[in-house]
Amino acid sequence: MENREEHHLTSIKSYFFAYLLTVGLTLVAYLIAVNSLFSPAALYITVAALGLGQAFIQLYVFFELGKELKPRWRLGVLLFTIMVTVIIVFGSIWIMYNLNYNLME
Amino acid sequence: MNEIFGRLTIDAFKHDLIEASVGVSILIAGAVMTFLLTYYKRWTWLWKEWITTVDHKKIAIMYLIVSAAMLFKGVVDAGMMRAQQVLSVGDSFGYLGTEHYQQLFTAHGVAMIFFVAMGFVAAFINYFIPLQIGARDVAFPFVNALSFWFFVAGGMLLITSLMIGNYSGVGWVAYPPLSGIEYSPGVGVDYWIWSIQVSSVGTLLTGINFLVTILKMRCPGMSLMKMPMFVWSVVVTLILIIFAFPILTATTGMLTLDRVMEMHFFTSGFGGSPMMYVNLIWAWGHPEVYILILPIFGIFSEIVPIFSQKKLFGYVSMVVALIAIAFLAFVVWLHHFFTMGAGPNVNTFFGLMTMLISVPTGVKIFNWLFTMFRGKILFTTPMLWFLSFVFLFTIGGVSGVLMSVAPIDFQVHNSLFLVAHFHNVIIGGVVFGIFAGFTYWFPKMFGFKLEEKYGAFAVFFWVFGFLFAFIPLYILGLMGATRRLDHYEASTGWWPLFAVAAFGFVIISIGIGFQCLQLYVSYKNRKKNRDKTGDPWNGRTLEWSTSSPPPFYNFAHTPEVHDIDPFWVMKEKGLKEAKGNYEKIHMPKNTPHGFFIGVLSFLFGFAIVWYMWWLAIVSLIGIFVSLIVRFSDRDTEWYVPVEQIEQIESKRGK
Amino acid sequence: MGKEAFPDTHHSHSENTYLGFWIYLMTDLIMFATFFAVYGVVRNNTFGGPSAKDILDLSYGLVETLVLSTSSFVCALGLRAALTNQKQKMISLFGLTFLLGITFLTMVGFELTHIVQSGYSWEMSAFLSSYFTLMGTHAAHIVIGLIFMAVFVAQVGFWGLTDVTKKRMTTLSMFWFFSYIVWIFMYTIVYLIGAQ
Repeated sequence: MENREEHHLTSIKSYFFAYLLTVGLTLVAYLIAVNSLFSPAALYITVAALGLGQAFIQLYVFFELGKELKPRWRLGVLLFTIMVTVIIVFGSIWIMYNLNYNLME
Repeated sequence: MNEIFGRLTIDAFKHDLIEASVGVSILIAGAVMTFLLTYYKRWTWLWKEWITTVDHKKIAIMYLIVSAAMLFKGVVDAGMMRAQQVLSVGDSFGYLGTEHYQQLFTAHGVAMIFFVAMGFVAAFINYFIPLQIGARDVAFPFVNALSFWFFVAGGMLLITSLMIGNYSGVGWVAYPPLSGIEYSPGVGVDYWIWSIQVSSVGTLLTGINFLVTILKMRCPGMSLMKMPMFVWSVVVTLILIIFAFPILTATTGMLTLDRVMEMHFFTSGFGGSPMMYVNLIWAWGHPEVYILILPIFGIFSEIVPIFSQKKLFGYVSMVVALIAIAFLAFVVWLHHFFTMGAGPNVNTFFGLMTMLISVPTGVKIFNWLFTMFRGKILFTTPMLWFLSFVFLFTIGGVSGVLMSVAPIDFQVHNSLFLVAHFHNVIIGGVVFGIFAGFTYWFPKMFGFKLEEKYGAFAVFFWVFGFLFAFIPLYILGLMGATRRLDHYEASTGWWPLFAVAAFGFVIISIGIGFQCLQLYVSYKNRKKNRDKTGDPWNGRTLEWSTSSPPPFYNFAHTPEVHDIDPFWVMKEKGLKEAKGNYEKIHMPKNTPHGFFIGVLSFLFGFAIVWYMWWLAIVSLIGIFVSLIVRFSDRDTEWYVPVEQIEQIESKRGK
Repeated sequence: MGKEAFPDTHHSHSENTYLGFWIYLMTDLIMFATFFAVYGVVRNNTFGGPSAKDILDLSYGLVETLVLSTSSFVCALGLRAALTNQKQKMISLFGLTFLLGITFLTMVGFELTHIVQSGYSWEMSAFLSSYFTLMGTHAAHIVIGLIFMAVFVAQVGFWGLTDVTKKRMTTLSMFWFFSYIVWIFMYTIVYLIGAQ
């Protein structure tokens, strides 16, 4: 957010473009999902990617992560959070679905 | 169900003789303290100096006191369980009913982990992190006070359960469906949930507070790779806290929703998944045990160089090892439930990761030993605790690596072998580390040294007590004894081992007796043993450059450092702290809101336990009101005038 | 980490607050991630009851998303006004942000009430428990955000735009932006993907 560079505020134009992009990506994802435009797997990945894309735009523009001066603690903490989230979420899903292993066949 | 009292009835106050005597003792202790405070007219002093303080050093001392009280409770729990296990064999069923026994092992685990281990660690972090990084305070002093009062509120919920209603009896991790509303309809599990939820908010806030403090408030010149090892170990611990505790919040939150709002996250029907609870609780639970041990590793990294009179061997590899352990701590959690049914690929992955984690741990132990090599060892009490740790923790670690092999774990899972392992690493590691840190830093915190010889006796009795108390448990586990048993058949042949284990408890109690004696005698001799220089051990880090205890602002001049072990270097170069030329110091003011919010969160937890919905709403609103009042206060800071600094500094060394 | 600048004390307390609050937001993210992980595991555990496809209206969710997204955008403009010392403009923009937030909350309220009144409540299955908990936890964040929005904007009204009030408006905005980012995940995972 407000670093030592107070005068380098994000322009209204940047915020507006980020907003438009967010709305655009949401609409695209909506249309794909409502019309089931792809096969399930492809759809999940596309829609998820669109969602992630929105999140990154928000982080870059609204949270001004790109502007952080060194040392880039907030970026570091975010990356670590993403790593832990991926481990916990995908680890849990892997484990929970694997619990049926001994019941198969 | 009553509108005002929810499900709280007069029955909640009815207890059997043993439980009642515990409750009565607590009330008597409270009454005595109230009387003493009134008689000596110390209420205002208590309020101004302690309850409303935002001084990290005072908060640390309060953590010490609460944790010590909880330690006493936890040890009593253990003694009662040991007595039961030695008496309850064959036709005899001991003196405790099964339900009471279940509450004992549950409360013992929760008290020891959440309120003793974490409390003592919080105390050391609070007292010494700002000092070691050359800072005058933490990043958010009010939040720090708040953290402490959340901790107390959680502890009070546990204590209250001894008197009003009863505590949970489903184990310290409370697996559903047993912990769900169908099989545990009483208040016990709700007390468990809320004592943990409330104190965990405090823990999380401590994590955030101290991480920002360490990252942003180090004194000039102290780059990350020049920080003391205790600070490094705490950084890594804080990262574990920050990323693991939200999982606990969410998981116990979902258990509450199941219990109170009839949801079905973890129920055995309606599509619920009790195994998901086990998965999530250990995704938190494993990082938690590293949260307990890593600061201890940091404490030993401080102690070993001092009492080997030689600098720490392998600073960089120690840092790398800490980071490796922290990362690995997030990818081993399944080893707590190898037997839950996952296939060989999952079990093998987590087993391998678990084995891996012993490597950086081993690196650390070797580095401490290399530090001692060719050093001039001083066998002070802290050093004796360290040496005992090396011996005992290694055994515990090895038994852990044994269990990381899934097929072996299938044999010993939830047996007394497991119980022996974790007590081995927790007592040999965490508890001994706490004692080491306490005896090492005691002169700094209280201004006088401890009488050494009692410390040596304490170590001796603790080590031998531990061996008698827990080696039999390894054997019992291998013989097939399950954990949490309150009765067994004589034909098992287990009784002699339980008898030895009970004897071990007695020996440990003697050790504790020596620790109490040490405190008493040292206090009596405090004038004789006063630490006048602030540096009784010829220290290496910045906390030893202050008086004992330090002034409330820590440093009259913010230190500037250029090396690892900055105080040592300053002494070698003959640099003395500049006198005079002081500038006024910006300090935070005391505030009652930490205490108020603590009380309100206790009431909130209590209200939900007893289904007193009006009280839950009122106390929640109260918390918001208190916060908003605090935010509306513009007069939260003051400047220490130069004259006051001069006055305090001139009294140093006298 | 090399050579680190040591910020002068004048600025550093705000920066400490922003870093501390950011770390708190990360913990909140992990908490939500846990709820989402549970959703991933139980989303098909409908116990004979309705699934996501049966109870969710993607178009309605789209409107909710657009409302909150706009609220986030207006909040950013309001923060910018605060940091450029335009007090009145800030108050108006945050007024709009607040209204959009209330609109979002009302829409969610109607949606959840409608589902319950259709006979499908959280006590029916693990899926429904998970859905209501996710929505409820997010809504609780919006409520708390709105409360502190009112308090902090009022403080700007009384005290003007000082270092402290600007710091609070910044922190609040961080919370508001974060709440929208969580909603992106909610809409994507629960609505768009979940209702397939």
